[in-house]
Amino acid sequence: MAAIYSLYIINKSGGLIFYKDYGSAGRMDTNDSLRVASLWHSMHAISQQLSPTVGCLGIELLEADTFDLHCFQSLTGGYLNPFIYLFIYKHTRYWFFLPSTGTKLFVVCEPGTQHMEGLLKVIYELYTDYVLKNPFYEMEMPIRCELFDINLSQAIQKDRVALLGR
Amino acid sequence: MQFFGGSDISPSPPAPTASGNNAHMMYVFNRNGVCLLYREWNRPLHTLNAQQDHKLMFGLLFSLKSLTAKMDPTSFENHEMCSLDKGNLGVPQLPGQGCSFHSFRTNTYKLSFMETPSGLKIILITHPKTGDLRESLKYIYNLYVEYVVKNPIYTPGAPIRCELFNTSLDQYVRSIS
Repeated sequence: MAAIYSLYIINKSGGLIFYKDYGSAGRMDTNDSLRVASLWHSMHAISQQLSPTVGCLGIELLEADTFDLHCFQSLTGGYLNPFIYLFIYKHTRYWFFLPSTGTKLFVVCEPGTQHMEGLLKVIYELYTDYVLKNPFYEMEMPIRCELFDINLSQAIQKDRVALLGR
Repeated sequence: MQFFGGSDISPSPPAPTASGNNAHMMYVFNRNGVCLLYREWNRPLHTLNAQQDHKLMFGLLFSLKSLTAKMDPTSFENHEMCSLDKGNLGVPQLPGQGCSFHSFRTNTYKLSFMETPSGLKIILITHPKTGDLRESLKYIYNLYVEYVVKNPIYTPGAPIRCELFNTSLDQYVRSIS
């Protein structure tokens, strides 16, 4: 049993740049994973617009019947704070909502798994160390870094051991 | 999909998790996406007009439901079951079909969602620190059955304008979260 079912990383425009499956039943094909990623990007933005108070930064945790989805949004890339702006054209007022969009990492895990924020932070650190600091990596492009893959599977493995040990 | 027991209101509503009024707003949609009820208790920010807001909320729930059905990591997707069980993204799913969701949380609010077998959707938006509200939503559904469905003047599918329902809802919502 893996600690998590799958991991997705999406760039600031909603494109899937990394997807790894850790043993969910019925693995998704490439087209479906791309669709799911961009759908999540839009749902994340809409959830900010529907907030009853200011300063909403999007969905952090989605609790479905058979899984939990934890999402972490980096503070860099895209707009930092969501804001509403107004412009007036021919005496008509138009309001626009600009959601915050950064690089998003999200994991799918079993319902009620506890320490996922920590794991997401660890994965984000690996992303900054082995992907962003890689001179051959182009921003917003799919991640193909061997060192990232190796360290990621180690982190997931360590997490799994920690989970089983408890 | 669990079905809900008798329509009589249980004598004691689920115990409140903390004191104070933490609920922001509530929506009720029928299965066609028509907003039957919108109640607002504490909402400082409005980004859209009411009609657009309801449409956006229904669209969000619809898409999140097809997303969770597609992502469900526990069910196998074989070829003949593909269109039946997991569906394609964006294709409507019947209530109780596929993997649904019961809540999501952002840094400023928590949205709890319940869909009844008849396709009625009840959405309650509360403070992000509120606990599991599934029982509370069932209780609100029972209030709906008691005060709206059993109201002889109410035509099904029309917006809810029942004084008694609104007052008992306000009273109950004040006690939860």
